[in-house]
Amino acid sequence: MTTRIVELRQGILKKNDELARELRGRFEAAGVLVLNLVSSPGTGKTEFLQKTLTALRLNGSRAAALVGDLETDNDARRLALSGVPVRQINTHGICHLEAEMVGRHLESWDGVELGGLDYLFIENVGNLVCPSSYDLGERIRVALLSVTEGEDKPLKYPTLFNSADAAVITKIDIAEAVGFDRETALRNIREIRPGIRVFETSAKTGAGIDGWLDYLAQQKAKW
Amino acid sequence: MHELSIVSSIVESVNESLKAYPGARVLEVRLRVGVLAAVVEDSLQFCWGIATDGSELAGARLVVNAVPVTVHCAACGEGGALESLQHFRCPNCGAPATDVRSGRELEIESVEIEDAIEDAAETAEEVAR
Repeated sequence: MTTRIVELRQGILKKNDELARELRGRFEAAGVLVLNLVSSPGTGKTEFLQKTLTALRLNGSRAAALVGDLETDNDARRLALSGVPVRQINTHGICHLEAEMVGRHLESWDGVELGGLDYLFIENVGNLVCPSSYDLGERIRVALLSVTEGEDKPLKYPTLFNSADAAVITKIDIAEAVGFDRETALRNIREIRPGIRVFETSAKTGAGIDGWLDYLAQQKAKW
Repeated sequence: MHELSIVSSIVESVNESLKAYPGARVLEVRLRVGVLAAVVEDSLQFCWGIATDGSELAGARLVVNAVPVTVHCAACGEGGALESLQHFRCPNCGAPATDVRSGRELEIESVEIEDAIEDAAETAEEVAR
């Protein structure tokens, strides 16, 4: 009997990372800007995204959305009101989306071709921990935070906020009523991710949505 | 809580790599896990016990080596390990730090095995031939 050490040096999520790289290549070749939206449950991702999709459709952009949820298709039905193609991904208990799920749902999406899109939004499962480990091939990861969640959320979830490319504060129409401390929230976000673009928005009043749309157009124009 | 799916991936990778060592028994699996990897060691250990129970990996130790978050600082040219996960700042000069160099690792470093027979790897090669 002999014992020995076998060096593996292998990424545990290697399969996901490889699939994500492949997807990213396809997205870039098709010229579609892909965004992965991540937040806690109840932040208002769906409402924010519905507003975004509607505005993009009205300005002539071609957008579509994949939406992850544990069980229901409620979010897909809400997003479909925007008038753009929407597809539900049910994870059946899995707390995050994986590249394989995205690839599989794109593959079998009747009537939607990547080449015919300007923007593809992927609304992740509401969870501030697990989605941060899974690359979906997106170009931009967006972390969302509502004014009701507490200004210290970025400090509690540095893994997710540090991996984000942009941050969106939602529900600012009720900021005053809930005693939201804007300065502290902004400071905390930037303490975790220095230099990150932050958008302060309300899907209800439309505040901040124009600035967000300008950002999307700029990112799209970059390549 | 996605540690169970992480552990399933580990089991799959270890079993895959063991194909070159027929009959070998796994004593220990060593991981490198960055503190920004969103994985909790206690949960990993708990799931490891469940996932390996009754399998060929039953009884194998799971060793988790934590990898600190280190940054490179554009302002002072130095950098190093973060003093706090709540402040992404250069430990040397205090400037905001955007260039994270380590801390997101999630990898299997090595597997310690006990060969069933001497030179099992060579035997495996012969079989393959």
